[in-house]
Amino acid sequence: MSDLIRIENLIKTYGNVRAVDGISFSIPEGICFGLLGPNGAGKTTTIEMMEGILKPDSGEIYFHGRKIDRHFKQKVGIQFQNTALPEFITVKETLELFQALYPNPRTIEEIIEICSLADIIDRDNRKLSGGQRQRMLLGLAIIPRPEMLFLDEPTTGLDPQARRNFWELIGKIKAENTTILLTTHYMDEAEVLCDQIGIIDQGKLLEIDSPSKLLSSHFDGALVRVPHFGREDLVFSDGSLSGDFLEITTRNLDKTMKELLQSELNLEGLSIKKPNLEDLFLKLTGTSLRS
Amino acid sequence: MNKFTALVRARTMEFLRDRGTFFWNLLFPVILVIGFSFAFGSGGDSLFKIGVSGLKDDSRGTFLELSSIEVIAYDSKSADVIEKLRRHQLDMYIDFDSMTYYLNDESSSSEILRIITGAELSGFTENEISGEPIRYIDWAVPGIIGMNMLFSCLFGVGFVIVRYRKNGVLKRMKATPVSPLLFITAQMSSRFVIVLITSVAVFTGTNLFLHFIVNGSYLLLLLITALAILCMISFGLIFAARLKSEELTSGLMNLLTFPMIIFSGVFFSLEGAPVFMQKASKVMPLTHFIEAARAVMIDGAGLIQIMPNILVLSGMTVGFLIIASMLFRWD
Repeated sequence: MSDLIRIENLIKTYGNVRAVDGISFSIPEGICFGLLGPNGAGKTTTIEMMEGILKPDSGEIYFHGRKIDRHFKQKVGIQFQNTALPEFITVKETLELFQALYPNPRTIEEIIEICSLADIIDRDNRKLSGGQRQRMLLGLAIIPRPEMLFLDEPTTGLDPQARRNFWELIGKIKAENTTILLTTHYMDEAEVLCDQIGIIDQGKLLEIDSPSKLLSSHFDGALVRVPHFGREDLVFSDGSLSGDFLEITTRNLDKTMKELLQSELNLEGLSIKKPNLEDLFLKLTGTSLRS
Repeated sequence: MNKFTALVRARTMEFLRDRGTFFWNLLFPVILVIGFSFAFGSGGDSLFKIGVSGLKDDSRGTFLELSSIEVIAYDSKSADVIEKLRRHQLDMYIDFDSMTYYLNDESSSSEILRIITGAELSGFTENEISGEPIRYIDWAVPGIIGMNMLFSCLFGVGFVIVRYRKNGVLKRMKATPVSPLLFITAQMSSRFVIVLITSVAVFTGTNLFLHFIVNGSYLLLLLITALAILCMISFGLIFAARLKSEELTSGLMNLLTFPMIIFSGVFFSLEGAPVFMQKASKVMPLTHFIEAARAVMIDGAGLIQIMPNILVLSGMTVGFLIIASMLFRWD
C-alpha cells in the first residue's frame, strides 16, 4: 500500500499558542485514519492544514508524493465541523450547486443512494435536523468523487442512533476504496471505523498505529481502576495515578486484588475490564477525552 | 450548468425566496415615491410669479402692484430665467430694456397673465416658449430610486458576504475549486440583475400614474442606472472584503449611507449649500447618479452632457474593485 497523503513537521501558531507543534504522519491509500484528541488538542488545525484551508507556518503536505497544488481541491472531499448552508434553497438545489463546481461530479441519484437523502431531498436547508444535516454535508463532500475524504468531527452532537446511521454511510464510502481522515473524540467511533489511529494532545502526535496494536502494546491483561481517595502514596508494580484514579494493568489479577485488599484502600467504585481506546487515551494524556 | 451560472442561480433563488427582503426592496421605494408625490404635490400658492428685468420707476405696469402677483427682479435676461419660465417656476417674464415679454403657452397662469397685462404692455414684443411644469416628484424620483439602489447594493452584497464569512459559507466555498474572483463576480452579477430589474420596475410602475417628465433618452437613463449599480456594488465589496462582524458592517454601512443620502441631494438641492459641502458630495457615487439622471430627465441632457458623471462613476467602480480585490480574504 502506498501513501496517499503525507505530512511532514507541520507547525501552526496562533498568537503565542502553538496549536500544532511539529506533527508528521502518513496515510496509506484506502484506509480510514482516525485523529483522536481532546478539545483543543489541535485536531481541527491539523486537518484544515491538510485540506489546504489553513496555511501552515512551516512543514509540508504531500499528496501522491507531490506537494499539494491548486488541483488538490478537485480530488478531495471535505466536511467541516461547522458549516452554514446557503439559506432558502433545498437539499437538491444545494447538491446541484456543488455539482457544478467540480469537473466530474457524482450524479444526484448516487448521492441520494449513498447518503440516504431520499426523504429530505426537497427540504429547505434550514429545516434539517442535526443528523439530516450531517448526511447532507457528507453528500456535498463526496460530490467530487474524492480520492481522499476529510471528516472533522462528523458525529459530534448527534444522538446515538444518528451516529450509528452515519457510521453506516462512512462504511459504504470506505467500501469504494476512498481514503478517509476522520477526527473524533468518540472512542467507540474510532474503534468501529478506523484502521489506524493517531492520538494527539497539545499539538503533538503521541502515538500512531492500528487500534488493536496500540492496545496490546500499552496494556497487558486486565485493567483495574479504583478511586485513590487522595492516597497518592500507594505503590503498585504496573500501577499509575490518573486523575482521581489508581490504574493497574495486570496479568495476575489474583495477586493484584490481594495487594489492593492489603493496602486497606476503600474499594468502592472499583472496576476491572479489558482496556479500550478510552483507557489508552487516559493513560497517554492523563485527561479524559471529553473533559 | 457551469460554475458561474450555478453560483448566480443559487444566490438569486436565495434572494427571491426571502420574501421579506424581496418585497421590502420593491415596496420601500414605491411607498417613498408615492408618499413624496402626495406630500409635495401640485397646488401650493395661488400667486402669479412674474420675473422682470430693467424695471425703472417710470416703467409701465400697475399690475405689478397687485397682491396676488409676486415680482422677482433679475439683472438682465438670461437662459436661466427662460428655463424657469419653461419649468413653470415663473408664469411670465418681462424685459423692460428690450420691451419684450415671454409667456409659456402650456401654462394656464401665463394665459391669464396675458389678459391681465395685455393693455399695459401694448407695443411690447410677445415671445412664447413651451414646457411642462416640473413637480417636486419629477426632481426627487432619481434620488429615491438611487437611495434604494444604494441600500440594496451595500447590504445585498457587502453585508451578505460578511454573513457568509461569519457562518462558514465562504469557508465551504474555499474548499471547492472556485476562485474568489469567480465567486465574487457571481455574487455581483446576481445582485446587479436584481437591483436593475427592481429599479426599472419601481420607476415604470410609479410612472404609470405619476407620469414623470423624461425629456432625455430612456436608454441613457438605463445606462447610468446600470453604471451606478455596478459602482455601488463595488463600493459594498470593500466592506465585504475582510470584515467578519455583521454588527460592525451594518454600523459602518449606516454611518456612510446616512451622510450620502443627506448630501447627495436626494431630497433637497445642494445649490444653496456651502461650497465645501458641494465639493464633498462629489466623492459620493450617489451624487453622480442623481445629477446625471436629473439632467437626462429634466433638462433632456445627452451622452455628452453627462459624460463627466459617467467617467467619474466608471473610475470609482474600477477603483473600488481594485481596493476590494486587494483586501479580499476568504476567512
